[in-house]
Amino acid sequence: MKRKLIVSSSPHLHKDESVIKIMWMVVVSLIPAGAVGVFVFGLYAFWIIILGIITAVFTEGLIEILTKRKVTILDGSAVLTGLLLAYNLPPRVPLWLPIVGSFFAIAIGKQVFGGLGQNIFNPALVGRIFLMASWPKYMTAFTKPFDTVTSATPLALLKEAKFIEQITYLDLFLGKRGGCIGEVCIFSLLLGALFLLLRGYISWHIPIPYILTVGLFAYIFGGKTLFSGDWLFHILSGGLILGAFFMATDYVTSPLTAKGQVIFGIGCGIITSVIRLWGGYPEGVSYAILMMNAVTPIIDRYTKTRIYGTRCAK
Amino acid sequence: MVGLEKPPLPKQVYIPLSQHTGKACIPEVRPGESVVTGQRIAGIQAAIWAPVHASLSGKVTAVQDWPHPVLGRAKAIVIESNGEDRVAEDKRKREPEEVNKLTSEEIRNLVFSAGIVGMGGASFPTHIKLNPPKPVDTLIINGAECEPYLMSDYRLMVEKTGEIIKGIELITKCLGVKRVIVAIEENKPEAIKNFNYELRITCLAGRQANYELRILKSQYPQGGEKQLIKNLLKKEVPRGKLPFDVGVVVHNVATCFAIYEAVYLNKPLYERIVTVTGSCVLNSKVLLVRIGTPIKELIAFCGLKEEPAKIILGGPMMGIAQFTDEVPVIKSTTGIILFNQKEARIYEEGSCIRCGACIRECPVGLMPCLINLATERGLWQKAKDYGALDCIECGLCSFACPAKRRLVQSIRRAKLELGK
Ligand code: SF4
Ligand code: SF4
Repeated sequence: MKRKLIVSSSPHLHKDESVIKIMWMVVVSLIPAGAVGVFVFGLYAFWIIILGIITAVFTEGLIEILTKRKVTILDGSAVLTGLLLAYNLPPRVPLWLPIVGSFFAIAIGKQVFGGLGQNIFNPALVGRIFLMASWPKYMTAFTKPFDTVTSATPLALLKEAKFIEQITYLDLFLGKRGGCIGEVCIFSLLLGALFLLLRGYISWHIPIPYILTVGLFAYIFGGKTLFSGDWLFHILSGGLILGAFFMATDYVTSPLTAKGQVIFGIGCGIITSVIRLWGGYPEGVSYAILMMNAVTPIIDRYTKTRIYGTRCAK
Repeated sequence: MVGLEKPPLPKQVYIPLSQHTGKACIPEVRPGESVVTGQRIAGIQAAIWAPVHASLSGKVTAVQDWPHPVLGRAKAIVIESNGEDRVAEDKRKREPEEVNKLTSEEIRNLVFSAGIVGMGGASFPTHIKLNPPKPVDTLIINGAECEPYLMSDYRLMVEKTGEIIKGIELITKCLGVKRVIVAIEENKPEAIKNFNYELRITCLAGRQANYELRILKSQYPQGGEKQLIKNLLKKEVPRGKLPFDVGVVVHNVATCFAIYEAVYLNKPLYERIVTVTGSCVLNSKVLLVRIGTPIKELIAFCGLKEEPAKIILGGPMMGIAQFTDEVPVIKSTTGIILFNQKEARIYEEGSCIRCGACIRECPVGLMPCLINLATERGLWQKAKDYGALDCIECGLCSFACPAKRRLVQSIRRAKLELGK
């Protein structure tokens, strides 16, 4: 034998799967929703998305160089964070806002904890909450679709008990409404989510219980009397679909086991509903997911898998 | 599918003294001595062991250190063939009537002196498993190939169906069980057909035990005893216990065949079936090989498409990568797999992204990512609490991990540390 043989520990087979591929698949699945966002709100929204992504990648690379760690900017995770942050911004924010938000998301939301896999909170949401707290004026200035006139989102209108006449379910479904760039077109979000579900990159264990819980709460408590709420409206509006399928499912910050994930989803649903129905904000998806991120370690501790041969042993 | 083939007899065999779970044997022949095929050449006094036999007739030339597929290097008896392959004269076949008269004790002794060990890769001495310390009621015959790529058991089940069933009957007699389950995976239709036919005849002939043929979904790792018991009987072996604690004994089909050969043909275990395959192999073959044959002779017999970058003895999921092609086939060698440069590439390890793939895959219900984190920090007790010792090292977690974390490797490390 001429060549030296490679000796490594078993197994000798590996699935054709990688973190890079998963991250980029999620990015790809989000493209339709962003495209519709740009179509509805204009090219300006496109620049917000691009700046969000570039800043995220740049920040990640810079910090990794400064702290002398491996530069991982091509693994898609920074791109995804920047993209999600931008999707969670209103369509006419000043262009420095996505830059500040993305920087904060990567620097404080991710790298401070030690980079990919180490962070407790969803970085994009950390960035968003930071912007919300610092510049609420910009973060709540929504515009009408195909227009630059400011208007409130359907959920905000509902909160202020204003009559929402023009908005139909179909408008909500297709994205003809006020809202953040990436959250408005439910149809394309569901398309992306379906792709991820079919490819096995996400599972139903978080999003479905999440959405059902919100629907249930809205039905019971969302109307003038009990059991008369407009549950479909609640499901289709705000950032619920974007949050449930693309942010609550973030591997790093959600529970490990299926059981834990269902609990996580229901928890998100309860918090979102409480904020929407009785809280001070019209929308609660970001806060709900962040709060559940915080309890994920506890959920993990109580939802361990059962080891073979330990059924009765306690 | 390829039929069973016999490669030319090797000129020289290297027979390791340690080929079973338990103590290594001590040579009973000296360099210069002549031996015949099937002659016992090594043994020891111990609780758990199995004798070793010459696989060729010829002359012992040395007892020396030699590459070993599992241990790296170990003592081996080297025999140079005289080309005659002469069998000892007293090794005559037994007639069926004669076999029927054998008591369980006699069968066990024959199995022991034939040096039979579990042939599925575990290599636990078989005679001990024929004498469980508690009564058992169910015998499971494992016809689920242990790993992907391997075809040895399939080939054997197709070509030696009757012989395997004769072996099963001997085991049944030893154990006194009333229920026998033959488990075969659905991707082995020919084996299923043959067993179906032969078992019907067996049952008609009014044998003692009740035979069931069970078709399993093809799914790795089915070959593990505990997994098999769960799939077939819907019960689990309690943690830290062995199958006989739930009244079950599992034997591999190749072991059944070896028992048949030992009792009916009076032939000790000096030959076994080995699959030679992989992308570098020109003609994948299933070979009947003498124990101690250097694998390079078998590789040459099958031909090479390209120079292999990695040689694995065993299956691709649990097998061991070899330093050299000088290693000999031993009693537990199920296959030889040759990978090219691309397949042998070593992946860089990334950070765990908590995707949970390893958890979903683990057949034992462990959370490999957490054990991995604990071992990385040297928290051995924590690794144990997470169940590191329950890992069967099937490799599925590492296989599935998108970050290419070396999960199994770290669990092995934890086991070593915990065993100290
Ligand atoms: S090797 Fe991995 S998948 Fe297999 S039993 Fe061990 S931890 Fe579970
Ligand atoms: S499969 Fe790999 S990346 Fe996923 S949780 Fe397990 S160790 Fe982490």
